Amino acid sequence: MSLIATLSRLEAVRTGRAQAVATVRHRHLSERPLVLVPLTTAGEAGAPLGALVGTDRDAPRLLVVPQPRDRDLRFAFLAELADIVLPYVDAYAEVVEAAERSETDPESGKRVKVEVDLCADAPQLIVPSRTGIDFVRLLGRAMRFRRTAEQDPEAPHPAPPRVPLLGRWLTHFGERARVPGSSLLLALTDLLARHWATGQSSVEDQHLGALLAWIDPPGGESGDAAARRAELARDADGQLLCPPAGPATDPAFDNKLLAPAIERYDRARAALAASEDGLEADDRLGDLTAAEQEIRALVESRTRPTWDAVWRGLDLLRELPEGAHVADRWTRDRWSFTSHRDRISAGEPPQPRRDDAVTAANKLATREREQARLDAQEALDDPLVMAGRRLAGEAFAGEVTEVVMAYSEGRRPSPRPLVTVRTEDRPHLGERTKVYRSLGGKPQAAEFVGYDGPEGGDLLVLRIVDKMGRGKEPEEGSVPQKGDPVCFTLFEHDQRGGAKLPDPEETPWTHGGPPGEPDAVPLPEQPDPPTEEDTL
Amino acid sequence: MPPPRTRGRALGPRLAELRGPEVPPKALDARALAALAANPGCRRRALLDGAGVNKTALASALGSPSAFGMSQFAFMRGNAFEARVKADGGAELLRLVHEKLDPSAEPPAEGAVPDLAAIGPQGRAARTALALREASASGGWTLLDHPMLVLDVAGSPAFLEPDAVVVHPDGSWTVVEIKSFPMLDGSADPAKVGAAARQSAVYVLALEEVAVRLDSAPEVRHQVLLVCPKDFTNLPTAAAVDVRKQRAVTRRQLARLTRVEEIADSLPEGTCFAPDLPREELTAAVGALPATYAPECLAACELAFHCRSRSREEGAVTSLGRSLRAELGGLTTVEDVLAAAHGTAGDPGDATVAALRRAADLRAEALGEAAARREGTPCP
Repeated sequence: MSLIATLSRLEAVRTGRAQAVATVRHRHLSERPLVLVPLTTAGEAGAPLGALVGTDRDAPRLLVVPQPRDRDLRFAFLAELADIVLPYVDAYAEVVEAAERSETDPESGKRVKVEVDLCADAPQLIVPSRTGIDFVRLLGRAMRFRRTAEQDPEAPHPAPPRVPLLGRWLTHFGERARVPGSSLLLALTDLLARHWATGQSSVEDQHLGALLAWIDPPGGESGDAAARRAELARDADGQLLCPPAGPATDPAFDNKLLAPAIERYDRARAALAASEDGLEADDRLGDLTAAEQEIRALVESRTRPTWDAVWRGLDLLRELPEGAHVADRWTRDRWSFTSHRDRISAGEPPQPRRDDAVTAANKLATREREQARLDAQEALDDPLVMAGRRLAGEAFAGEVTEVVMAYSEGRRPSPRPLVTVRTEDRPHLGERTKVYRSLGGKPQAAEFVGYDGPEGGDLLVLRIVDKMGRGKEPEEGSVPQKGDPVCFTLFEHDQRGGAKLPDPEETPWTHGGPPGEPDAVPLPEQPDPPTEEDTL
Repeated sequence: MPPPRTRGRALGPRLAELRGPEVPPKALDARALAALAANPGCRRRALLDGAGVNKTALASALGSPSAFGMSQFAFMRGNAFEARVKADGGAELLRLVHEKLDPSAEPPAEGAVPDLAAIGPQGRAARTALALREASASGGWTLLDHPMLVLDVAGSPAFLEPDAVVVHPDGSWTVVEIKSFPMLDGSADPAKVGAAARQSAVYVLALEEVAVRLDSAPEVRHQVLLVCPKDFTNLPTAAAVDVRKQRAVTRRQLARLTRVEEIADSLPEGTCFAPDLPREELTAAVGALPATYAPECLAACELAFHCRSRSREEGAVTSLGRSLRAELGGLTTVEDVLAAAHGTAGDPGDATVAALRRAADLRAEALGEAAARREGTPCP
């Protein structure tokens, strides 16, 4: 945490309100996000208990598994979830625009531009907390290897149609969420904590209710008191007033309310199965429906507060203006969405359980590159983030005090003006350190020449080296003038891709060897073998 | 064999006095020990745990009840899974130990499962030590189901009950930890595995105390076996977890624990932590014990909410995270830091103070710039 963020936390303690750590919104927010508030059953490896899901804040769909240990009921839940999520995803998959992508031509081996479809927008999934993202990944893993009756008539417990497809999409969302700066799947707590510093620790910020209490305390109360109430206050029944954002439930809720309700449901079901004639069955069906209704009401009572909190959090975030580079990163999300759409329509198999070495290396490289890109873009978009970089000696801002024209030596002299900047910042500059400033959205590079005055003083001399046009005289506006405020960074604004991986034929044995070698050909993934007591 | 060390007979009554009359001591489990080792400077926790005070009851009596609880679903599933793993005389468990840790040994045909029942924790610990010695000498596979171990913690004995200990044919011992979180495609939640490893490290230390007292001095393996459900099933799968690091850390931290005796002596005469005392009295008693609260305590200690309120009242920066404390040098309270940052206190020659002022200036400048931009005026 930078010292500026630390100070913001302390200011939050003093004022009783969360303090801004960003002045713009650094993540894309869809006009129509799909919010998912899942609950899971304690102790099981991912047996969903229920969820609120939907795009309309006033009309969420409630899905409930009245007996989470029952495979058929779980499948019914997943099928319902697929019926909500997949149409939402498909709506974005259908609207495309033309875009260009450079590809390597297989014949000539040259890079050529190809016209391809790019989805005009992409779906966005919002979950309350980081554990919600893990749960989405888990659901994806549990579903994508399932076989439907159509795919495999012999399968002992065929999954409902579209459930494996939902698994592949959730896996893609979960995987994309690991790429820094991506917005296909977001956790609201992360999103809020990125933009506000509260007067509590980052551990406590994982509690959505407490986090919101600091950012927007109800009725002028202090954030501290409101957060404490959100965390701990219980009603006369011993239930939390602000239920945890899930997917895990409060043990007191499990033990006191949920377990008896599930027991009543089980009893009603057993009674129905044992009923002897139609009249009796009708009666008992009524009992069963009532028992199911009770569980539905319980699940709704624990998810609805979180659902409302998520939308309130989104409202707060929408009040911030969007950062200038956010759209650029969202375009990358659209590419990612489009390419997964294409993989599915091309009939490719689901994502493997474990990535092969080449895929893993590529993913890692992407994440590193995107992290660097995110760091640079956030600083350029937001003076408060840039302030942190300036404090760290990775950027400096100041005023131009002098500009001296100079030219490069050589056959065709080019302009290399010397610019003196007065700054109070203390950047870590060495001789010929490259620095960059944003000129009309494009980076302009300069070299550090030296200090005008004492070493480590406040007058820095820079030599501008590019973006001045082809002529002997620099283009209008391409060189700062005396009195101009400027901000230079020591980090690059654009990220170049790292060294390319070798061609597939050159893949070293460490990474699985060239394709065609027996060890390198992955076997098709098999579904998980069903067992008596498995969950999902 | 000699009885486990229970230092100082005089300490016992002293601790009983602190606990309150007729309050039975609460046994320290490995989870609590691992948590204690994670915060070795906390005298409050060291003494209360050492004295066997029921911290859950104490926290409720102080008006800041702990939020720990276990869902009966998780409890049932955990028990069912453990029973399944240990079914058939532990055949499956022994097979996993053989496969993952000791494949060169002869495969376990039928393991011995000695009866470890005895009266009281002391008796059970003695029975366990005896069973371990016999098993080591037998040259076969032995499964000890819920043995009892004892570890000297800050001068008082802590009784520990691992899920199982397996004795190999070569006489060496392995700690087995059975958890009900899943191992999905061969990997499990790292935070949970870490917690299990820290817990197992405590068992390894306790077993080593038993081993040194045996003539044959059998080896206590530094790889423990973590048994979890495989994927989405209830079938066990296992992985060897190397706990050398956790063992070294725990051992060092346990050695650092301030001696319970010393802390007890530092308390005013008549101090008592019985949960039925009036709240003011208890608050004063607990207040007499210095605590080192950090947000990590929330996940590990029953008293955390009480300590957090105190820490926040005092304005301690550590309540916002340990890393902050490290960043801010000698400035320990929110007020001091803000005063230094805003130039109303502190020595500008001090590096931390200078950095804080610079940070405060930069922050104010950036916020001003953003505000100006929002108002619509072009930024300077």
